[in-house]
Amino acid sequence: MTHPATIEVLRAGALTTVQDLGRPGWAHLGVPRSGALDPGALRLANRLVGNPEHAAGLEITLTGCTVRLTRAATVAVTGAEVPVQAGARPGDTGRPLTVPAGTVLRIGPARRGVRSWLAVAGGIDVSPVLGSRATDTLSGLGPPRLRDGDLLPLGDPVGTPAPVDLTVCPTPPEELHLTLGPGPREDWFTPTAFDRLFGSAYTISPVSNRVGARLAGAALPRAVAGELPSEGIVLGAVQVPADGQPLIFLADHPTTGGYPVIGVVTDVTPLAQARPGTTVRFHGPQR
Amino acid sequence: MRIRPVGAHALLLDCTAPADTPEAVADIPEAAFVEAWRAELWRRRERGDLVAVEIVPAARTVLLDGLPDPTATAEQLTRWTSAVTAAITRPNQADAKAHAPAEAHAQDHDATAEDGAGDAADVVVPVTFDGPDLPAVAEHWGVDVPAVRHRLTSTRFRVAFCGFAPGFPYLTGLPAELALPRLATPRPRVPAGSVALAGPYAGIYPGASPGGWLLVGRTDLVLFDVAADPPARLGPGTRVRMVVA
Repeated sequence: MTHPATIEVLRAGALTTVQDLGRPGWAHLGVPRSGALDPGALRLANRLVGNPEHAAGLEITLTGCTVRLTRAATVAVTGAEVPVQAGARPGDTGRPLTVPAGTVLRIGPARRGVRSWLAVAGGIDVSPVLGSRATDTLSGLGPPRLRDGDLLPLGDPVGTPAPVDLTVCPTPPEELHLTLGPGPREDWFTPTAFDRLFGSAYTISPVSNRVGARLAGAALPRAVAGELPSEGIVLGAVQVPADGQPLIFLADHPTTGGYPVIGVVTDVTPLAQARPGTTVRFHGPQR
Repeated sequence: MRIRPVGAHALLLDCTAPADTPEAVADIPEAAFVEAWRAELWRRRERGDLVAVEIVPAARTVLLDGLPDPTATAEQLTRWTSAVTAAITRPNQADAKAHAPAEAHAQDHDATAEDGAGDAADVVVPVTFDGPDLPAVAEHWGVDVPAVRHRLTSTRFRVAFCGFAPGFPYLTGLPAELALPRLATPRPRVPAGSVALAGPYAGIYPGASPGGWLLVGRTDLVLFDVAADPPARLGPGTRVRMVVA
């Protein structure tokens, strides 16, 4: 009798979740998109191990994660700068590693950046929910966050690992420069708000998570007081609550919100690696 | 109707009436325009006239996200505006949409069958009216508790939009003057199936969660089931009636 192939979670770390490319298309029912905070990094990890790009992997946060593979497999880690060890062998990020059954794979604490993606040939084969295996930390859809001792099923490998020795993962920058597109509620803010938004530095607040990156800095004053009736939210929307401190919505964002959105960040993926305290500057799309 | 830009791939169709709106149109609630646009956009997407990953109605707006070319879509929306406005301001049709029983929709059936909202029949929600905030609602409305129950069971609701949690319906149908404040301090845990009121809306909590709406009752109806198609029992556009369980 053969046992189904699994990943055994020996140390789940601060926050490790199953992620794929999420479940877009259900926002009208109040279902967030979810999915990897940097889909490009997950896609790369999947390509490295021969998976389709939409296969589910693990998103590992800051403190790392240790797992044991019950079958021989090709694995790859992308994203943050982290130590990788496969059994007694030192591994590396950004390259396929083929390891024997029983190997303990250690993804250590991030030296730079925050999040890593681990792809295993065959993908994490938990049951999909509304077409996705992603853990949605806001709504609770998808598998729960990993805990020590969890067993996750692996799918059968369908492709051959990429014939590469190494890919270079970009180093997380010291300071993020984010392009801001027009927001639906620009008219809710004073000219001073735009001067501050484009002219001053913000820092990533420690209460940031998969739902949003909270920023601290110069408050953005409103031209219109009062409440905004709930309206649809997009990925990267910069929402400004009553305290004037902007919040950039990430993959697990709610589908509707009641605070005005001053602009939309064109590419939120650098925020996946932004540690609390990281400086953020905004510029307009024309630059 | 105004089209607002939302970054590089989305548009927000704002149904808030501008100041210069003709009187005949200004009297129509924004929610009616939102519903007309939602139905029209879902239908056009189904037909292939429109490419959008998300079409998300809300209180006064419809968000279109995942647009390959927002500028081209904005031009389409402008072209479709007069037809949507005409449909909703036509007295008979506007009346039929708002008040007629389900049979009167038979002639609309072809137009709405593919919108996935199940417009053909009302969804009946059996409610046990024993919520802890019933007396508070009665006081706000200046009536007694049986009158609150009567009002809720005699109102034909429509799901204006979903939000807050998967499958949470914002139900319109109550008159604006019965709008209610939220609790000053939200409850840390509202049980699944709680029927609640806040602002101009009625809502039903699909799962247990924190919540600040006034609780008037509870239902055993399952509102969100990932194995069902569609997963939300009460999706946007669905007509809803409450009955005493």
